[in-house]
Amino acid sequence: MAYTEEELKKQLETKEYEYGFYTEIDSETFPVGLNEEIVKAISKKKNEPKWMTDWRLDAYSTWKSMEEPNWSNVKYEKPNFQDISYYSAPKKKPDLKSLDDVDPELLKTFDKLGISIDEQKRLSGVAMDVVVDSVSVATTFKDTLEEKGIIFCSISEAIQNHPELVRKYIGSVIPKKDNYYAALNSAVFSDGSFCYIPKGVKCPMELSTYFRINQAGTGQFERTLVIADKSSYVSYLEGCTAPSRDENQLHAAVVELIALDDAEIKYSTVQNWYPGDKKGKGGVYNFVTKRGICHERSKISWTQVETGSAVTWKYPSCILKGNNSIGEFYSIAVTNNFQQADTGTKMIHIGKNTKSTIISKGISAGKSQNSYRGLVQISPFAKNARNFSQCDSLLMGNKCGAHTFPYIEVQNKSAQIEHEATTSKIGEDQIFYCNQRGIDTEKAIALIVNGFSKEVLNKLPMEFAVEAQKLLEISLEGSVG
Amino acid sequence: MKSHNMSFQEKLLDSFIAFEQDVDLLNPIHKDRKDALKRFEELGFPSKKDESWKYTSLKSLVQKDYNLYAKSETNVELKDVKKYLLNDIDSFKIVFIDGVYSPFLSKTTHDGKDICVLSAALSKDKYKKRIKKYFNKVVPSAESLASLNTSYTKEGAYIYIPEGICPEDPVQIMHFSTGSQNSIWLQPRNLIIADKGSKIEIIERHQSLKDHSVVTNSLTEIYAERNAFVDYYKIQNDLKTSSLIDNTFISQERDSNVSVHTFSFGGKLTRNNLNFYHKGENIQSTLKGITILESNQHVDHNTLVNHAQPNCESHQDYKGIFSDRSVGVFNGKIIVDKIAQKTNAFQQNNNILIDNKSKVNTKPQLEIFADDVKCSHGCTVGQLDKEALFYLKTRGIPEKEAKALLTYAFANNVLESVNIPNLKTRINSLIANKLGVNLGFDL
Repeated sequence: MAYTEEELKKQLETKEYEYGFYTEIDSETFPVGLNEEIVKAISKKKNEPKWMTDWRLDAYSTWKSMEEPNWSNVKYEKPNFQDISYYSAPKKKPDLKSLDDVDPELLKTFDKLGISIDEQKRLSGVAMDVVVDSVSVATTFKDTLEEKGIIFCSISEAIQNHPELVRKYIGSVIPKKDNYYAALNSAVFSDGSFCYIPKGVKCPMELSTYFRINQAGTGQFERTLVIADKSSYVSYLEGCTAPSRDENQLHAAVVELIALDDAEIKYSTVQNWYPGDKKGKGGVYNFVTKRGICHERSKISWTQVETGSAVTWKYPSCILKGNNSIGEFYSIAVTNNFQQADTGTKMIHIGKNTKSTIISKGISAGKSQNSYRGLVQISPFAKNARNFSQCDSLLMGNKCGAHTFPYIEVQNKSAQIEHEATTSKIGEDQIFYCNQRGIDTEKAIALIVNGFSKEVLNKLPMEFAVEAQKLLEISLEGSVG
Repeated sequence: MKSHNMSFQEKLLDSFIAFEQDVDLLNPIHKDRKDALKRFEELGFPSKKDESWKYTSLKSLVQKDYNLYAKSETNVELKDVKKYLLNDIDSFKIVFIDGVYSPFLSKTTHDGKDICVLSAALSKDKYKKRIKKYFNKVVPSAESLASLNTSYTKEGAYIYIPEGICPEDPVQIMHFSTGSQNSIWLQPRNLIIADKGSKIEIIERHQSLKDHSVVTNSLTEIYAERNAFVDYYKIQNDLKTSSLIDNTFISQERDSNVSVHTFSFGGKLTRNNLNFYHKGENIQSTLKGITILESNQHVDHNTLVNHAQPNCESHQDYKGIFSDRSVGVFNGKIIVDKIAQKTNAFQQNNNILIDNKSKVNTKPQLEIFADDVKCSHGCTVGQLDKEALFYLKTRGIPEKEAKALLTYAFANNVLESVNIPNLKTRINSLIANKLGVNLGFDL
């Protein structure tokens, strides 16, 4: 399997979106538009307690007073928030006991995605929560997890069954008024995943959520809340796809991670929303707010593979509040055709001896724009803070762009910060070196591109790496493997 | 974007009518002045909401009131200012006192080259063509402070070096403010043209002679024609009552080489807007700086290198040492246009924080649209190496001297590319002064 760079470029430009099918599922969709009544209706539909309804309404009123931000390095047509339906759920039986109860059409969808829940359940040992449009439809392995005291369910269930946990932590890392899209999400989120790992428990399997936008004219607003209690460990996976449509669909999720003392959370994302067609028509707007807070000696690690979406705008962040806590961010962002990505991370060092690592790899092809935007902030109290950042960009063709906007703010003298960034195409001297060693040019290119992204790919958990590999197959990694 | 401070801003707008009494309204550049004033009226002073002013606020400066003119010409003797000048008595100097040209302290020429003042160049017919060709051509209209300077264009240095001429000595451009007014807002405007194959070295310095409040909003245009060589040094070691906004715009033609060194040791607030625009191939641009700050000082280096043509190189290296509530900002931007293939752009920013009250904000940006390029930036924040310090101490070198030695070593990359020996000695002694040591040798 050898390709020249030209062919690789061509393949990149013409790659088709494999997950662009639409599934006929009987679903219930709210009328388009957003007002207080809709917010109340969503809350009522979910049979939520009053505090939750009030929380949503408060978020809604804040959102109304906010302005849509436009500082990012992406250009897009602003979504009309009155044209979106804020609730779309596959019509389902009131209670799902087993997979047999799941709509067969839906199961077919998962087959097409190559993630048959059934299969997953038996073979890979991954517990999974599947969210279609906005509602969680299936959660697997619940019982196995329950034995260990792990709570893994949809957030609506959690609001019903574990209100004390949800109430304590929801919005504690990302306040309702944090930003425009977080406020919108807080008001209208319809479902999402909830996960709680009790003290000292090491979650025996990877937990996974699969998101899919199915209905036209809907936005997906899911909310994920992961709480790792003292000395616990969890690895959490997230994947997403959407059908090919000419319109731009909005995905505005909020993910909050809480790592209490000595806990560790590993959060991996393979994002493959529909990126729009070759002419840049359609595609998903992916405006996501992700943030984790680290208490004493805890660790949060974000890994993301971004291959989809017309516009990606997200910064998974770590607040290193506890002493000796660690934040990590590993990212590959591939943009092609007219895709735009403005992504990166924020590492806020507050505690003493906090460490953070940022490795970001951007690959741009076609007419796409790929930006890294990151913030490393060292507060005056963050003694001996340490940060290492590396942002590398690879350009294919001269119609695309790669941009780096690192912000570094240091207020403590004992901090050690290193930042380096490079932008290049595959170097002639690198190829020459390989040629010299008897490796032909085609193989050399494959080797170099492979090596370029390997550093991040290696960080993905085994179970997910297979899937990530599959998604990257149509982008870069596979085509040169 | 209208500023909170309407009073001083309004004063600037209103005073323009009085200013017009003083200048030749028939000169074609007067249209530039009027257009620029209109733009400044629209834009106002930049606020923290502007991305490029995120870490530097002009609020405290522009909330106050300033005089736009000095009261009367103050008598300044050579002995008052001699220590600020480099020793070579013979070299050309253009000296301004409170924004007014001082023929007595200056040494200018029209012999084979023009080293004189802008007002003279504007008033004489024989310069008309050249002024028309160059004046305000490289300054982007969206910059509010540059527009403000343009609207009040009256005086500054004018240097024209004709084809193939390489003057031996550097030219010194000195701005002194005497404190004849309690507070003063100065806006010098420099125009420097190096014609084909010429070479020029320039040293620029702003200095107040008394501790009174002075703000300088200076603008320098530099045009390097084909194969020209420009070496520009800025010494910013003013008193803690003065602030400086330095806008420099550089246009480079094919095969030219321009380097700008900025040494920021003094002043209350210093903002350097240093912009390079490439107009041809095979250009070299160098931007280097050493910043050593203490007690509440604030220096913001805002650089832009726009690679618009293939096969060009740019090299940036900024070192900063910060202590005692001082703030350092570095905001470097490299833009590589689509056609600028084979660009080699390098950017480095290293900082040392001496104590916890000082702050560093740095934002090295790359915006790249071409694929066959080599662009990299590196940025570090840290402190002096404890082990190196220990090593020196075990060799009997006292802590203070040992620290100074390491600081010298840290800044040496930038120091060693200073091409004027006299200036190098001067900067060495400035650094030694700043660190409070006498090492008894020059690096």
